[in-house]
Amino acid sequence: MTVLAAFYSRRRSSARTLNGVCLLLIAVALLSLLGADIQLYRVDPWQELSRIGLGLAQPDWRDLPQLLRAVGQTIAFALLAVALAAPLGLGLAMAFRFLPVRLLCAALRSVHELFWGLIFMQLYGLSASTGILAILVPFSGVFAKVFAEIFEQQAPEPAQALPLAAGPLKRHLYTLIPQAWPALVSYTRYRFECALRSSAILGFIGLPTLGFHLETAFKQGQYSEAGAMFWAFLLLIASIRFWLRPWLLPLYLAAAVWLLPETVGFSNGGYLWRFISEDIWPTALHRGDWSGLLEWYRMMFSQQVWPGLLQTVLLTQIALVLSGVVILATYPFASRALAGPAMRWPGRFLLLVLRSTPEMVLAYVFLLLFGPSGLPAVLALALHNGGLIAFLVANASDAESGAPTARPDDPKGLKRYAYIETPRRFPAMLALLFYRWEVILRESAIMGILGIATLGFYIDSAFEEIRYDRAFLLILVTALLNMLVDTLSRRLRRLARTDSVRCHS
Amino acid sequence: MTNALSGATLFRLANQSLSYGRNRVLDDISLEVRRGEKVALLGPSGAGKSTLINLLYGQQPGISALQPQGGGLVDLLSVYQNIFIGALDRVGNLPALWNLVRPLPSHRRAIEDIARLLGLQDKLWQSVDRLSGGQRQRVAIGRALYRRQPVFLGDEPVSSVDPLQAEALLRQLLERHESAIVSLHNRQLALNHFDRIVVLRDGRICCDCPASELSDEALDDFYQQDGSPLSGPPAPENEGWVIRTS
Repeated sequence: MTVLAAFYSRRRSSARTLNGVCLLLIAVALLSLLGADIQLYRVDPWQELSRIGLGLAQPDWRDLPQLLRAVGQTIAFALLAVALAAPLGLGLAMAFRFLPVRLLCAALRSVHELFWGLIFMQLYGLSASTGILAILVPFSGVFAKVFAEIFEQQAPEPAQALPLAAGPLKRHLYTLIPQAWPALVSYTRYRFECALRSSAILGFIGLPTLGFHLETAFKQGQYSEAGAMFWAFLLLIASIRFWLRPWLLPLYLAAAVWLLPETVGFSNGGYLWRFISEDIWPTALHRGDWSGLLEWYRMMFSQQVWPGLLQTVLLTQIALVLSGVVILATYPFASRALAGPAMRWPGRFLLLVLRSTPEMVLAYVFLLLFGPSGLPAVLALALHNGGLIAFLVANASDAESGAPTARPDDPKGLKRYAYIETPRRFPAMLALLFYRWEVILRESAIMGILGIATLGFYIDSAFEEIRYDRAFLLILVTALLNMLVDTLSRRLRRLARTDSVRCHS
Repeated sequence: MTNALSGATLFRLANQSLSYGRNRVLDDISLEVRRGEKVALLGPSGAGKSTLINLLYGQQPGISALQPQGGGLVDLLSVYQNIFIGALDRVGNLPALWNLVRPLPSHRRAIEDIARLLGLQDKLWQSVDRLSGGQRQRVAIGRALYRRQPVFLGDEPVSSVDPLQAEALLRQLLERHESAIVSLHNRQLALNHFDRIVVLRDGRICCDCPASELSDEALDDFYQQDGSPLSGPPAPENEGWVIRTS
């Protein structure tokens, strides 16, 4: 009874609840440090770092045709995939109250674009179909979820005023979609930016996008060429709003189809059926050898699933807390109230660079610097996600300057940071961090492709050894883990009572 | 109160006008307030009271405790921390950071006293987002008191508190500050507790005289003139702005 009363009175301070959640996460991250594979192999990363820095400072634009072709194909994959995924997602969002639809969408988005890429590569080879499907499939799931959330936030009165007999399609077409149109368009626009990043890193598994050329240049130590690709990519992302115009879209789509690699992958139905019905299941299952099957599962679990799962979760938890540290350390330098109207621009530029650079690219660079362990993955995840959220936090802070809550006698400098800005931004910041939790997990699993011992490492190896049964089991585990974290993060966001924060997952 | 006129000038506005875009908020305002004066600012909502108070604050930010409308509280912080913010200019950076982790003992004692005065002693460690409107306003009063300045500038400081408490809190605010300029919507409070009353309408000062020369009926006249939302067809209740005579 007294325990209950104590708990209740404690719950009456929002700060204490949030602090409790934070302390718990920090404690988990510290424990994770014990078990995570984090090591520094290079004793002197500075030489390599200075060469990379030199490459970034002196980009080599000589091979312009190749660069332009890579940029064009990166855009083509992203544009076509989003153009197909957004309407598909909209359709799924209209049916989102049905549990099977929700489960389907959760499953689609719980598997990373690169894993979908690896799967479709087995069916369609290194082709345009693989690239588009790899983005299209998970993005449809994300669109469905976010569009459904946007519909939920709309005022219910217009829909209530419709004739009772009007079905869900008419209700959406005549009330919810027009009401939500600006939000739908703005989210699709943001998702296109994400698709460009996904399209670029699909190069890491061999598709001819920017990531492929970036990796090749890095492997050969041609940092000036890599620098040119990097700046080209940043420029591409930063200039989206100038060239992505609705009336130009038909032109872009036609150009995208024309730009696609000529190899359009086909696969006859027989092969697809064999892949689904046989290849992805362990051979012991076909033979009906139950003890062999049990042995296979035991082997997979102890040698691959459990170690991969453990590293994925441990690295995720460390990266999550480190992202929070990055946010708190960087957002003041980009906010008007703390850095000043002019001095915030260098900070904003830095955050924009962190936000635009895909985690995989950052991790790849850190891998060159610090050697193969979880450290590069954690740093890359924390910098990218921290930078992205810090940018949004700084924007929220700027949006509130001049609002009724602002007082002319508010303190300045460090005191303002500690007493006014940070407490005001904190719930929204935590909510965004929990939104990214799922993303961080997906990304830390995928980092395995670079050789870090997370789930992606075992999945990549399984595909390389053409052991589809293993790859399928591992992807299934990854997806289930993702759905679990998704549910957990929704609970935590409700605790922070800030579910209304716009979701940029 | 008798030596009010002998005090030095604190605030002086001469033919001041102010516009937001095309909307003129203050129109040719001339006002002088001396040390020791307690001035009540009356007028319908939208008359420019808040703008005037912010303008006056800009003249003496170093010695004024401001309580703006809405309070400007920080939701996530506790009642204690929100009151403590009033003392941030008296505390160094490091103690201020430490106070977020462990309340500084001397401030803790002082703020506990203020909380008792405000009837918030059992809410001291709750975050203010869980408080009612009246409780939040009392926290804002606490912050103004803890500023410990000679001048109080309040924008409807007791509007959300129940009438009995409002009277007591206003008395405290006036006792603890040498000078005060307070906008109010309760005319009786203004007549009972202030020695000078300024009435603002449509951005102009339409009355500026000692409270002793005014009565409730006299004040009524300032609102019943043409152009007032209360004139014209008989209104069932005073709707333009709430007038309580409790």
